[in-house]
Amino acid sequence: MNRFIGFLKKEFYHIFRDKRSMLILFGMPIVQIMLFGYVINTDLKDVKMAVLDHSKDEYTAEIINKITSSGYFQLSNNLKSIEQADVIFRKGDVKLILVFEPDFGKKLVKNSKANVQILTDASDPNTANLEVSYLQGILQNYNVEINQDKQLPSSIQANSRMYFNANLESVFMFIPGIMATILMLVSAMMTSISIAREKELGTMEILLVSPLNPLQIILGKVTPYLALSFINALVIVGMGYFVFGVPVLGSFTLLMAESVLFIFLALSIGIFISTVAKSQQVAMMLSMFVLMLPTIILSGFIFPIRNMPVPLQVISYIIPPKYFIVILKNIMLKGVGLEYVWKETLILLAMTFGFIGLSLKKFKIRLQ
Amino acid sequence: MNKDVKVIKVKNLCKKFGDFTANNNLSFEVSKGEIFGFLGANGAGKTTAIKILCGLSYPTSGEISVAGFDVYKQREQLKRNIGYMSQKFSLYEDLTVFENIRFYGGIYGLSKEVIHRKADDLLKKLDLQHARNKRISSLPLGWKQKLAFSVAIFHDPEIVFLDEPTGGVDPVTRRQFWDLIYEASREGITIFVTTHYMDEAEYCDRVSIMVDGKIEALDTPAKLKEDFNAVDMDQVFLALARTATNVE
Repeated sequence: MNRFIGFLKKEFYHIFRDKRSMLILFGMPIVQIMLFGYVINTDLKDVKMAVLDHSKDEYTAEIINKITSSGYFQLSNNLKSIEQADVIFRKGDVKLILVFEPDFGKKLVKNSKANVQILTDASDPNTANLEVSYLQGILQNYNVEINQDKQLPSSIQANSRMYFNANLESVFMFIPGIMATILMLVSAMMTSISIAREKELGTMEILLVSPLNPLQIILGKVTPYLALSFINALVIVGMGYFVFGVPVLGSFTLLMAESVLFIFLALSIGIFISTVAKSQQVAMMLSMFVLMLPTIILSGFIFPIRNMPVPLQVISYIIPPKYFIVILKNIMLKGVGLEYVWKETLILLAMTFGFIGLSLKKFKIRLQ
Repeated sequence: MNKDVKVIKVKNLCKKFGDFTANNNLSFEVSKGEIFGFLGANGAGKTTAIKILCGLSYPTSGEISVAGFDVYKQREQLKRNIGYMSQKFSLYEDLTVFENIRFYGGIYGLSKEVIHRKADDLLKKLDLQHARNKRISSLPLGWKQKLAFSVAIFHDPEIVFLDEPTGGVDPVTRRQFWDLIYEASREGITIFVTTHYMDEAEYCDRVSIMVDGKIEALDTPAKLKEDFNAVDMDQVFLALARTATNVE
């Protein structure tokens, strides 16, 4: 055990003394989250809006006035019936329709409660989501204003509905996506490079000749990255939550357990790469092209898999992060438990064992 | 050297990769404290044999014991009792001198106290006390080389395998390096060394020369020169190597 701890110590020295490693480990996750987060959260300005006012009273007029004077929204059409919604969204100019229920004003006074519906064109889900929250903010303010001189507070109920993308599939997708990318990068690329470095320097021979057995060597190599990747996972979820308000609706423990599983998978891929790659350069190239690009492009992180040509869709089935992203999305955004993600979990498990098996086989052949 | 104690015993060692025979029926013994030169052109099968002796790969057939341990069944004990240094540089550049010593001592299971005591002695001997907390990358090559050798025998192995240890080193440093080898040999450590430098072959107690997977000559340098009617080991080597067919 002492031997193993000495080994771990040395691995941490390697990592902490290498500026490049430190940058990849700790700089990149933060930069990526910031980039993606802020690129997506662009400010709204003059979003074209249509109104379907079934009530046409002073309250609705006042609300519409408030909204249009905010600078974020611009009134372009007044609709006569809900059937027009589809047509007008398809034209593409109008991104948002506000629907007031009949007798909105009366209900607000009498029942202290009235409904307004927000319909959005969610083909650009991030913007749609943002529009809804801006509108809700304005409605909320108005509600507070009219409540000031009333004893019985009233409330405006705003329900939103997304058109074209009812499940809001890629809202907040960047957090699961970044998580998959970073964990893949840190675990697979960094381990494969660090093992390849030992080979390149000739220290691997020394380690193999020593009484350490190969399993200890491999464990010693991957354990630091397991720990650091886990910290990264926490940082990413934490930043998502505190900086961008990405929720974790499901079980946090399950989320972390799945992350650890994915880290194991990435580590086993890293080990596999290192059995193939003789030098750090080769390990880096392999990780880049075999792991990074598919993770970013084919996993559904940025581009929806549904819209890809069929051959690429088929390839996406063998991309591990695809399943991890599905799991994350389900746990974080839909709040479901293991009963909904067990299939993906099993696939990840199978892939992990597959890669460990392959590496062992390669390793044995080399020793013969 | 103690001729009565044989620390390496190899009898009919064969190693085949498919149809290719890398080691063809090797038999030799090495005595305790002996400096044994293991020579041969590239592709002659030296590396394959060393890997087997170090417990890194299994022979196809043959009886082999190293430091008294069987290469088939007692690998763990075997590995504990040998040291190894290769032509590729084997210390970690980003660790300090002491961290390297502590790491290598640690993987051979030495206790903290032993490591500290022996590290102090070693640094004193090499006159490297001032560099204790300097990173390896800041040391000149000659020092690194000496340190690497000292680290390879830090756990007091029975045998140390040196695979072209002086590749790319200037003659003065090579000479100093051999002083360390002699000293280790005097302390009873057996030295098993491969080299491309024929002047170094002269420093060995005995030399074996491999050609095409077989040992074609094995004796003291003086005897070999006499047998081959040669002025130096270079001529002996060339006379044998010319017959080779497996050249990389």
